[in-house]
Amino acid sequence: MAYLGESYPDNTDTEIALPCLPTRNPIRAVCFMPDYPAAVYPALPEMFLLSCTCLILIADLFLHRTKKSLTYLLSLAALAGTFFLTLHVSSPDTQLLFTESYIRDPASDLIKLGLLAITFLALIYAQDDLSEQGLLRGEYFTLVLFATLGMLVIASAHSFLTLYLGLELLALSLYSLVPFNRDSTTGSEAGIKYFVLGALASGMLLYGISMLYGATGALTFTEVAAAIQTGQVDQTFLVFGLVFIVIGIAFKFGAVPFHMWVPDVYQGAPTSVVLFLSSAPKIAAFALALRLLADGLPGLAEHWQNMLAILAVLSMALGNVIAIAQTNIKRMFAYSTIAHVGFILLGLLAANEKGYAAALFYSLVYALTAVGGFGVLAILSRQGLNAEQIDDLRGLHQRSPWIALMMLLLLFSMAGVPPTVGFFAKLFVLEAIISLDQIGLAVIAVFFSIIGAYYYLRVIKVMYFDQPDVSTLPVRITSGSMAALSANGLSVLALGVFPATLLALCQAAFSP
Amino acid sequence: MSFQLLLFYLFAAVLIGAALMVITRRNPVHSALFLVLAFFSCSGLWMLAEAEFLAIALVLVYVGAVMVLFLFVVMMLDINLAELRAGFVRNAPVAVLVALLIGAQLVLILGPERFGLAQFAAPVPKPADYSNTEALGLALFTEHLYAFEIAAVILLVGIIAAISLTLRRRPTTRYQNPGQQVRVQAKDRLRVVKMDAEDVA
Repeated sequence: MAYLGESYPDNTDTEIALPCLPTRNPIRAVCFMPDYPAAVYPALPEMFLLSCTCLILIADLFLHRTKKSLTYLLSLAALAGTFFLTLHVSSPDTQLLFTESYIRDPASDLIKLGLLAITFLALIYAQDDLSEQGLLRGEYFTLVLFATLGMLVIASAHSFLTLYLGLELLALSLYSLVPFNRDSTTGSEAGIKYFVLGALASGMLLYGISMLYGATGALTFTEVAAAIQTGQVDQTFLVFGLVFIVIGIAFKFGAVPFHMWVPDVYQGAPTSVVLFLSSAPKIAAFALALRLLADGLPGLAEHWQNMLAILAVLSMALGNVIAIAQTNIKRMFAYSTIAHVGFILLGLLAANEKGYAAALFYSLVYALTAVGGFGVLAILSRQGLNAEQIDDLRGLHQRSPWIALMMLLLLFSMAGVPPTVGFFAKLFVLEAIISLDQIGLAVIAVFFSIIGAYYYLRVIKVMYFDQPDVSTLPVRITSGSMAALSANGLSVLALGVFPATLLALCQAAFSP
Repeated sequence: MSFQLLLFYLFAAVLIGAALMVITRRNPVHSALFLVLAFFSCSGLWMLAEAEFLAIALVLVYVGAVMVLFLFVVMMLDINLAELRAGFVRNAPVAVLVALLIGAQLVLILGPERFGLAQFAAPVPKPADYSNTEALGLALFTEHLYAFEIAAVILLVGIIAAISLTLRRRPTTRYQNPGQQVRVQAKDRLRVVKMDAEDVA
């Protein structure tokens, strides 16, 4: 198979045989286009998703307000199609396309499959909440699909340029999703905050990238890594650029001390947006860190390991401790996200195959539980009434035992209680850290996880042992949400009982 | 000192001066006009770096389109500047301290001993018939084709985001109905009234 990156004739006349002409009659032509359909074949999922999103955008214009559920079904179909195409193009080898700015390797395949599956679940939960709140507009679906496209681009980025553009595509879609409910002042406030801080962080990241580009003179990660490996580039200068890049990554993750936007955005944005924002983009943030640090800057590992260690410890400490004081469950989940991000960073800072596999496992598991947790909140919300306080879950067991059981499984997984999968996610990260002889970091992580268990168990206590308000209405749930929630909760349990499959996939993604 | 170097320092000084004026002027219209000056000096710098296409694009796009639109918006909106400036004086000491620290760090790291001509040789000037625009076009549509396509998608998302955040149908919203506009007849618009001539004198 011929790739764009492999043979790249310059602006010179080359003798080639065009595919449409008989080969015995070669013609002289200025050649820029290698064997095109085959050369871009591994990028099929992105192309398919982009085409579908544009079609959905146009189709939505002609749909009446009351028929918007067709947009929703089309979006689900687009995601499912992209999922199967990703499976179709996946293979154990590595391919570089588009002059080495795009990479398809087992890691990108697994990250993309995870992203698409989580987004699929998020759309199912969101659909009911949107129609309940009167927010059912086609833009929600197109923006989510564009954000997903941005995440796919990040997962496959192999140059600073494509990575940054993918990140901006994701960020721009999220900025406009947060104030989606235009009548809500908290939503608009959260949107402005997210936009201003996000733009600042993008600027930081871009500044760091420009430093590294200036120092190495290369954009693709292969060349950057090679230039650093030669040791001829000034180390001070590289570390200076690295600091800005780590700040950019930390902001996108929401790691302390760049976490200020997380609680406000989670509280202010509509639940239907938060359940997407809090889940799949965390996997994309992992992909961002992996591509930049592990692919582009492995030569600076000793420097970024220390920076990530500080971020990880601060995130776990602050996230878990402040979450205890929250009475608003969306804010509580926000601080719990910050704590979980600390764990993902711990896995990354191991800077070896084992650590990356553990961090990917953790990101996938976290995204799965977060989308379910916010999904339950979306199910419990009613027109004009959002389930936002922890007290709104009071006596959920009596109102709907099955939903309460699913929420119990999800919360156990977040807390890291066996036999749910959250326990194994934490275990694998700790194992990777301990194998580096970083016992101190592992002890800190366990200590703060135990503190964190308190506030998850408190929600379970409220659900099972408190009496529901007399005035609360019975829980209404559509069959779609019910199926998604059941699949979500049971998969957390099933992956916990049989963690080997997913772990093997994660390890295979990083085995050389 | 060569003429080019003199020009560089001239443009750089004007650029920094104009940028400072942008953030210190009280009148937003003056700020916007100083920003236009900053863009012009920046485009001069790019011209010195032999990036002719970018220099012209900066003037055409930013000065010609973006800044005109910006001035239009500034003049249309009645912004209360006293309110906007309330926090400025209070936060100024911290901001100045942070700016000085970052500035000192930048000078230390990016100084000539690390970024001088010894480390990074000056680029060889291109021949007179070298086309900047052609080189840019070739790079965009071959080497950076993928990035170019993603950038296009980002612009599309920008349009969708702007419309989804601002377009509202209020009962008082006035909008055109093209169907009615096309079907309109002359007699719907103009009524000829017969009347006697007036006696002007």
